[in-house]
Amino acid sequence: MLLMPNPMGENLNALVRQGYPREVCGLLLGVCRGDENVVSQVRQARNLNVERARDRYELDPEDFLAADREARAAGLDIVGIWHAHPDQPARPSATDRDGAWPGWSYLIVSVSREGVGEIRSWRLNGGEFEEEKITT
Amino acid sequence: MTTVTVRIPTPLRSYTRGADEVRAEGATVAEAMRALGAAHDGLLARVLTAEGEPRQFVNIYLGSHNVRTLQGMATRVTEGDVISIVPAVAGGAT
Repeated sequence: MLLMPNPMGENLNALVRQGYPREVCGLLLGVCRGDENVVSQVRQARNLNVERARDRYELDPEDFLAADREARAAGLDIVGIWHAHPDQPARPSATDRDGAWPGWSYLIVSVSREGVGEIRSWRLNGGEFEEEKITT
Repeated sequence: MTTVTVRIPTPLRSYTRGADEVRAEGATVAEAMRALGAAHDGLLARVLTAEGEPRQFVNIYLGSHNVRTLQGMATRVTEGDVISIVPAVAGGAT
């Protein structure tokens, strides 16, 4: 399960709307409580894939490192990754699966010209993504 | 022998019994990573290729520098250095 209190969700929606039509991405900082990832901060990161910025992301490892340092200093962990799916459903693609790591929540936000659509979270289980519940 | 700290990302902590960082000894990044692998079964295979280079979806940082921009895995370390295993995070809508 992913627990993401409302202010974090609103922050994320704003980042995704501002980024449209680019596939913006970032990190979820928080704590892991058993099977539950609890988000307390949302960080945006640079997408290094500029050639296909509408349908691919490659999160800048320097931004990952900076967020990781910040998280550790605050007693938090990186508990997940978020990214936008411009004009696509909030469902992980084969590309998402190939680059995924276990334990993290992968939050996908569908966005179009009309604004933010569905938001769904997925977690790797034995090589395949399974949807997890999002609570606020 | 030089002792360094290796920071373990969340997805790999199952190999370190939940520890977010561990100590390792070695004169180079490669030696420190080998020591890490010897102490934590299965971890190294997720991080390095059989040739001892970072795998496709992994970056190894020494301090704030990707070792690829230094002398690679042969980069020498000094006492108290911090090595970070940084998972490459990538995907896409299609």
